[in-house]
Amino acid sequence: MGLLTNSPNVKETDRILGEGETYTSITSHISDIVLKNKTPLEWFMIAGPAALLAGGILVAMLNLLFRGIGVWGPNVPVGWGFDIINFVWLIGIGHAGTLISAILLLMRQDWRNSINRFAEAMTIFAVMCAGLYPLFHTGRPWLAYWMLPLPNTMGIWPQPRSPLIMDVFAVSTYATVSIVFWYIGLVPDMATFRDRAKSKIAKSIYGALCLGWRGSAEHWDRYETAYLLLAGLSTPLVVSVHSIVSYDFSLGIIPGWHTTVFPPYFVAGAVFAGFAMVLTLAIPIRRIYHLEHLITMRHIENMCKVMLTTGLIVGYGYALELFMGWYSANQFEKFVMFNTRMQGPYAWSYWALIFCNILAPQILWAKSMRRNMLVVWIVSNIVSVGMWLERWVIIVVSLHRDFVPASWGFYMPTRYDWMFYIGTLGFFFMMMMLFIRGLPMIAIAEIKVLADPAPGKLTPEGAHGD
Amino acid sequence: MSHATPTQNPIYGVMAEFDNRFDLLTAAKTAYSAGYRAMDAYAPFPVHGLAEAIGKTDNIVQRMVLAAGLTGCIGGFGLMYWITNIVYPLNVAGKPNFSWPVYVPITFECTVLAAALTAAIGMLAVNGLPRPHHPLFSVPQFERATQDRFFLCIESADPKFNLAEARSFLEQFHPMGVTEVENTELEK
Repeated sequence: MGLLTNSPNVKETDRILGEGETYTSITSHISDIVLKNKTPLEWFMIAGPAALLAGGILVAMLNLLFRGIGVWGPNVPVGWGFDIINFVWLIGIGHAGTLISAILLLMRQDWRNSINRFAEAMTIFAVMCAGLYPLFHTGRPWLAYWMLPLPNTMGIWPQPRSPLIMDVFAVSTYATVSIVFWYIGLVPDMATFRDRAKSKIAKSIYGALCLGWRGSAEHWDRYETAYLLLAGLSTPLVVSVHSIVSYDFSLGIIPGWHTTVFPPYFVAGAVFAGFAMVLTLAIPIRRIYHLEHLITMRHIENMCKVMLTTGLIVGYGYALELFMGWYSANQFEKFVMFNTRMQGPYAWSYWALIFCNILAPQILWAKSMRRNMLVVWIVSNIVSVGMWLERWVIIVVSLHRDFVPASWGFYMPTRYDWMFYIGTLGFFFMMMMLFIRGLPMIAIAEIKVLADPAPGKLTPEGAHGD
Repeated sequence: MSHATPTQNPIYGVMAEFDNRFDLLTAAKTAYSAGYRAMDAYAPFPVHGLAEAIGKTDNIVQRMVLAAGLTGCIGGFGLMYWITNIVYPLNVAGKPNFSWPVYVPITFECTVLAAALTAAIGMLAVNGLPRPHHPLFSVPQFERATQDRFFLCIESADPKFNLAEARSFLEQFHPMGVTEVENTELEK
């Protein structure tokens, strides 16, 4: 990279930072959003309804706790429904955050610096929402600690051969590491907030949160090492988490689940869904907060390209599933691929999935479309729906035709399934809005690395912007 | 390792302020070759080569993370072994009790968890953070160390420290200003 990102000589399409941005302007742009400017009306228009919807989870949770998990739709043979669909979908969304912050950091893609903080926050809130589903699907969430290897009077221990227990370890590690990574990234920026805050209360809060960071060279040196190590650890972690989530299916014998293509195809699908969600959130926020000089057209285009690529990998996964269904010569595999999915009561979901995940993103091949915010926003929403449908197809559609026709069944979510789902979406958007209101949504220190010093101070060494 | 507060000197150090990282780097390198050791530089973002310039690099974080990762790895594997072989052996589909390939995912997660927590907490600990008070915070301009200014502070803890000399030494780089930093933590 090493572009003179804020100098006037950069081609507009390569720009990852607006022309003429300085350390001072970057600091004030980002921190004024929180510390100085009036909260825009749009913020209330999103946060208010989101908070109301989030209240729906409380109703849905209490209902479930008092009446049991029978209030949800899953029943034999479809034992997993909205709970697992939404769990997998939300975890997948979260993966884009880690991909942007860790994998792109290791690959020295410095355009990531303007969107990583935001995407990491998205990861954390998505994982928080995701965790609720299996927790409440147990029906007795206060006993969830039984899943941990703790000594107990019953003398029983969790079974590490089960992918569900692997999932407990993977998701809890993922949540912890994501929060740590995010917080460590925030420390220097919260110090900036401490130093810019006018009110005493804000100063003390940010002062406490930044742990007394003072930007010492010695500290920065160790900080960068730790940050790089965290990125190096998160990269295989994110791959392992969705691989393990896919084991929940692929280690079972259900036709449509029992396939080796699942781990890579789940990971690609996760990145696909995650980038779609980043775009869904970033496009309006960029506009509301006038961040076009920090989240530039190049960011949007790059994200579209990642979406297009991972979408094609997912498409390859679908093709391979069909091929293996036929090539395995197993009647149940063949039946689930060509009869259950493509025909029957759930056929609409399969064809909608093909439209959303395979056909719709192809429009992004055109540069003019990638640069059209409305088109990109609509496509990314379609992809989010498509990835949700993918989990629906894998879980519900594979389960509802059991091996024996006598035990076939049908699943439709109940109103409490919907309430829980919409509630978690509300919670997710509410948390995103609170994050934007209270914390630096763009990594201030990391952006400054991209900025060149005042004109006339350039030296050959400085031209690399490293 | 955070800086020990200098003994009984009422002055913590002398600090120069710059508006770009190149001047800071030059000043830091020159100060080091002039024999100053107790000093630190401050920047709003990581400046490559700055810690090396003042001789303050180490690889303690790397070593801690390696140790923690290995501990997590052995601990995770050991835990799985202990559960499935010693404390709660269970015949699952006729597989041997010691079926190590299925231990791999959890062993991996334990490795990452231990290493990541150590990277974060260990980095803060060796940096002496959290530390909400520091003599430098009494300097009003120092607010900009997290925004758009670069500072070099020669501390009075240095055996070679002499107030007037250090001040004129720093002034040769034409900084935006040179300040004497009061040792606010003297009473303790």
